[in-house]
Order: sequence, then structure tokens, then C-alpha cells
Amino acid sequence: MEYSAPQLFNRGPAPAVRLLLCVLLSLALLIADARFKYLHYLRQAVAVVVYPLQRLAGAPGVLLARIGDYFVTQASLRNENTRLNEQTLRNAAALQQFQALQAENAQLRKLLSARERFPESTIAAEILYGGRDPFTRRIIIDKGGQNGVRAGYPVIDPIGVVGQVTRIYPWLSEVTLITDKGHSVPVQNVRNGLRAVASGMGQDGVIELKFIPLNADFQQGDQLVTSGIDGIYPPGLPVAVVSHVERNASFLFAKITCTPSAGVSSHGHLLVLAWESSAPPRPAEEEKAVPAKKKKGA
Amino acid sequence: MATREARPQQILLPVKPAFIVLTLMMALIVNLLPWSGLALAIKPDFVALTLLYWCIHQPRKVGFVVAFLFGVVMDIADGSLLGQHALAYSVLAYAGIVLHRRVLGFSMRHQVLHVIPLLLLNDIIVLAIRAMAGSDFPGWLYFFGSLLGGILWPLLSWMLRLPQIPKPDPDHV
Repeated sequence: MEYSAPQLFNRGPAPAVRLLLCVLLSLALLIADARFKYLHYLRQAVAVVVYPLQRLAGAPGVLLARIGDYFVTQASLRNENTRLNEQTLRNAAALQQFQALQAENAQLRKLLSARERFPESTIAAEILYGGRDPFTRRIIIDKGGQNGVRAGYPVIDPIGVVGQVTRIYPWLSEVTLITDKGHSVPVQNVRNGLRAVASGMGQDGVIELKFIPLNADFQQGDQLVTSGIDGIYPPGLPVAVVSHVERNASFLFAKITCTPSAGVSSHGHLLVLAWESSAPPRPAEEEKAVPAKKKKGA
Repeated sequence: MATREARPQQILLPVKPAFIVLTLMMALIVNLLPWSGLALAIKPDFVALTLLYWCIHQPRKVGFVVAFLFGVVMDIADGSLLGQHALAYSVLAYAGIVLHRRVLGFSMRHQVLHVIPLLLLNDIIVLAIRAMAGSDFPGWLYFFGSLLGGILWPLLSWMLRLPQIPKPDPDHV
């Protein structure tokens, strides 16, 4: 007959049991987060708690930057002022032309009974810091749900497309860059109008065009802009410049790599485009009555 | 082989729980600093390091619950899959609790040799989870942070042991 003495020190479950419990709970969280997106509210709740810590952690850097700004010389300020004035003057000329072109465009579209493009409203944001996850290319900007940002809005900088807002918190947003592995932008070659899809490769500073046939007309130096077909990115925004085209007859597709036009430096100013696409609603599903009738007849 | 003199064991004051919480929060804040560029690529995971220290030195006080909660907080702060750091930190806490008597018996140099594989295991678990979720291998530099964390272990041990060293009584000596 087995007899064991009572436990002298009551310590609760053994470490291995506790580990098993933690592992099962972690796996449940992982699956729920990766597949079912159930944990949105948990994320928001914990993010609200973590936000003061993040602001606190970023405070020394912000303080140093402000002190550095305070000590800038008057000569450099004057030079920057002159440069900005010149640029504003040049932009004003282009803007006048743009307004005339916009009016003409609206007129022509009305003539052709084409759908109008809705003007976009923008939200100015600043990059707080680059994402710390080494497996994804993301940045964090300082405008969130409370400032009107919604998931899916495209983000641009003065030169080109930066990425797309993928997750919003009340006061912060996460932007996935176009260089992220799972991100694709439909683009169009400015020179000849060919359409392609530019996907990120997971590395900084390079994106690739996938599934381009070997004889497609892409050359080094071609400018790529968004084509607007997907309804997520407005058309005409610069995305990248083709940097390298490799046509090897032993592969099915050409290997085309491009350099993104937009720069993502540490302290950049970005614009979030609050753009809802003007695509028509999906057609209704057809009735599935025909096969049933056939069965009855036979 | 020269005989080594037995190191006199120092009697330490008990740890205050507030100090443990303070060190863990400081490690979290350092992890949340806006690291960028090379510093981001090679920085050690300070929360993992501090968690391992407390699991080894105070396994009764710091265990799975703390490790899991800090893992969830790190996941949400980093924006990664929810649960990857929780899993990795739980395994780290298990290793710390199971090995704590063994590790404390070694000299500081050999403790570093124990800590580095545990931190590398932490990295490998996160890498395995992300690989199953479809991410690419981020390069061998990804593991450098754990090596750096192991090298920082003696400094961390010394720093976190400072409040426990008994102050000499001024009236007595």
C-alpha cells in the first residue's frame, strides 16, 4: 500500500505544471490574435495603460531635441526661412495650375458621366519612433483614434507613399511601411502606363515588383506611382523608382527591385490621408434557384 | 592547480518587494525608449534580463505570473503577436526557477555562461513563433542582443544587489 507523508511546505503547483499552464494560455492568446482578431479590446485596454510609460520613456529624447532646437543660430534660421519662402513661391505657382486642372478634370468627368473623385482630408502627424519588432517594418505616429485616424488610411510624406495605418490606439497609430513583407501597393509605370504590384521584401530601402513577365517593358529609372485600382491608395502618388531589372531566361518572371521614393527618417512629418474610396458597391449574389429547379424536373 | 580560497558568503538584507517592482518598471521603460538604428539591432531585452535575475535570486517572489504579465505588456508595447513574449518569458521564468540553486553556486564568470544560453533560448522561442506565423529570418544580428545581455549580467547583479548589502553600523565599529 502506497503511503506518502503529508507535504511539509505547501507551495502550490509544481513549476512544470505552472509552465504548462502559461504555455497553453500563451498559445491561446497567439491563436486568438493571429487568426481571429478577438483581442482588439484587450490590446486597447493594455495600450491605454502602457501609453504613459511610452511617453515617459520618450520624454528625455524629446527634451534633448527641444534643447537642441533652442540653441540653433540665427544665421541658419534665416537661411532656412529664405529657402522655405522660395519653395512656397514655387509651390504657389504649381498650386494655381493644379486648381485650374482640378476644375477642368471635374468638368470633363461630368461630361463623360464618370464618377467623381472625392477630395481627401489630411491629418498631419509626426513619427514618434520606429517599430521595435525586428520581423516587421512599422513606425508609430503620434495621432490616433481620438484624432480621427482610422485603420486603412494611407500615409504619405512630402515625396511619396510611406505606408498604411494598420492599427490605431487612442493617441497613437501604427503605420506599416511599404517595405514590410506582407504589404503590397498596386503601381503604374509613369512612362508607359504598365500596371504592376509592388510588394515589400522585409528589408529597409527596397521593394520588388512581383510576377512581371520577362518581356515586360520596365527599365531602370522608371517612376512608379499608385494606380488607385485597389481603392486604398489614391491614384498618382509616387511610390518608388526602379533600380534594378534582371531578366533571366531560366526563371518565369523578371526580378525587378525598386527604391522607395519616400524617406523614413527618425523625425519626419507625415500626412495621413483620410480617403474613402469611391468604388461602387459590390454586385448582389445571384440567386441559386436554377439547380433546384433542374432536380425537381428530373 | 592552485587551490581557491573559499569566498566568504555575505549575509544580505531581505529584498523589498517595492524594489523588485521598481527595477522591473525601469527595465520596461528602458525597453520602451525610442531605440533606432544600430542600437535597436543590438540592444538586449532588458525586461528578460531583469526577469531572469529576479527569478534566479528570488524565485519565491517573482515567478510565472509576473513573467506572463510583463510578456503581454511587452507584446502590446512592441506591436508584435500577442503571446509571443508571454510564452518566451514564461519559459525563461521556468528555467530561472528550476536552475536557481545551480546558477547561484557558480562564480560570476560562469553565471554569465548560464545566462547567455537562457537569453538565446528566449530569442529562439520568439523566432520560432514568428516563423510559424510567416515571418522571415531577421539576420544573425538578432541574437547579438542576448550576448550583450549576458555580458551585462555582472553589472546588473551588482546594481540590483546594492540595496541588500547591510550598512555597517556607525555606532558599533
